[in-house]
Amino acid sequence: MKKNLPLIVAFASGLLILIAGFIPHKPFGMLEETLTNWFMIISSFAILLGQISLIQANVTRVAHRSPNWQYYLAGLISFAGMVVFGLLWGMEKTPGILGHGEGISQNLGSKPFDYIFDYIYMPLSATMFSLLAFYIASAAYRAFIIRNFESNLLMITAVIVMLGRTSFATWITSWIPDSWGILQLPRLTDFIMQYPNTAAQRAILISAALGVVGSSLRIILGIERSYLGGGK
Amino acid sequence: MKRIVLPLLLALLSVGIGGVVPSAAPFSAEDAPWDDGTAVVLAWNLDPLRTSLSLQKADSLGIFQEISNEFALTGGYKDSGLEADAEYRYRLVAYNKDRSDSVSFTAHATTRQQWFSMQKLSLLILLAMICGAILYYIFHARRGKNLFIRRISGLDSMEEAIGRATEKGKPILFVPGISDLGDIQTIAALNILNHLALKSAEYGTELLVPCRFSMVLSAARETVKEAYLQAGRPDAYREEKIFYVTDDQFGFVAGVDGIMLREQPAANFFLGAFWAESLILTETGFGTGAIQTAGTGQPHQIPFFVVSCDYTLIGEELYAASAYLSRDPQQLGSLKGHDFGKLLVIILVLTGIVMEMAGQGWFKQFIAGGN
Repeated sequence: MKKNLPLIVAFASGLLILIAGFIPHKPFGMLEETLTNWFMIISSFAILLGQISLIQANVTRVAHRSPNWQYYLAGLISFAGMVVFGLLWGMEKTPGILGHGEGISQNLGSKPFDYIFDYIYMPLSATMFSLLAFYIASAAYRAFIIRNFESNLLMITAVIVMLGRTSFATWITSWIPDSWGILQLPRLTDFIMQYPNTAAQRAILISAALGVVGSSLRIILGIERSYLGGGK
Repeated sequence: MKRIVLPLLLALLSVGIGGVVPSAAPFSAEDAPWDDGTAVVLAWNLDPLRTSLSLQKADSLGIFQEISNEFALTGGYKDSGLEADAEYRYRLVAYNKDRSDSVSFTAHATTRQQWFSMQKLSLLILLAMICGAILYYIFHARRGKNLFIRRISGLDSMEEAIGRATEKGKPILFVPGISDLGDIQTIAALNILNHLALKSAEYGTELLVPCRFSMVLSAARETVKEAYLQAGRPDAYREEKIFYVTDDQFGFVAGVDGIMLREQPAANFFLGAFWAESLILTETGFGTGAIQTAGTGQPHQIPFFVVSCDYTLIGEELYAASAYLSRDPQQLGSLKGHDFGKLLVIILVLTGIVMEMAGQGWFKQFIAGGN
């Protein structure tokens, strides 16, 4: 029963959603929205599970003085700080237990929760994202090393596309007559992006879509049950 | 039955002869076809003297309120977000600034819920054909027929990666994407996690699974626990090794990067849905010298994975992985169905090209859903 019940639920839900995709009439039309709402309700309960896991993992490491335990302590303090500030003075227009905290807000310029969010959390998040620029450079360097015909082709295409996106490309190839306009770097870049690149991306998308159909069918029919822990 | 079949045939005919013929009346309002009864399609065809217009809808008190004033002599407007099975009244006031006069037209329509979305007929046919092929091959495999499935090196290397981690006495890191459980890519990742956990239990190698969402955490814990039970090593299962990091995208990346740098896993698996963080994760993993296998259904992230990982699962390979690893004939049979789907798509693309060159636009219109 422990295995069969989830399989029956998966079969019924999958089949209903599949049918609802083609029938706009009530109740089918609103079925997807209803099930999505159910998912969100269950998710909101599961948030508690995540928070418990987070606290447990960090407290255990701090208590056992695991290597780098200070980081876990910092994580716990940050977590507790945000919860306390949020509860006491709220966030944005939502008041907390002590109201809006006008006095503190006047000094900081915003509520403590919003202040930490805007001036600590957001810059930290942006810093992580900005690392991408450096990683793209190092990854591109490795990708464009000429080893064989394919990597040569990749490097030439990349140079054309990168140059083609700059004003420099217009400047160096503007002398090419319109009858040979395709050789102007900006136009050549547009061609590469619009045709070979789009074609390759769509091929991957179509193949992924077929994979989704096959995978969904296996799950609906109960053939694929690894997500339930495997077993026959 | 007649009520369903007759409109279906009429719609097919209308698609075949080149779509719905626009109304010749100056202003018309019609229930949007094949929808859930929440939209009305308005169309107008004004005389060339008109210079501006005001499209209005009557509210519950019967007072007309403007909903659009975008001018076109021949145009249309789709009023959506309406109540099903209700009557709506519209008024079009067309002005002539030079002569300082105006003319108004009224029309009304009743929204109706439909029992079939005709725009999706082509999708239904394609889906039925592909699902039919998958089922055929599943039954074919059930009868014991041998099916050839090409090798997927990214999956063949899984055992090698686990073996290396075992030899080095270092953990394996598995990231099931950054999407929630509602994403099929996450389900596919969890299916692979089951096979990986089974192997790690057999080899006695530590498995770390950081999760971005609580629902994924819960499912991942259950998946790994069952795999350890299946391997006969329930004692080796450690719940705290499958843990929640944070819901925040870059906070999660920072957390996983930190784990890679501190724990130095010998094998990293990034399988599931990834976005901008894909390269940050895999480049950090590359820096630690781990064997890396990645796979996603997001076409934009695949180049990043190809550059920084040892093995990449492209497109359908992510979804096929579990079937491939299980070696279950029924599941392998379904993979043959994918191949039929590819053949069908190739045939449709070629037919589409030929039909467009021959000026037969109805084929593209039918496949694209009459849009």
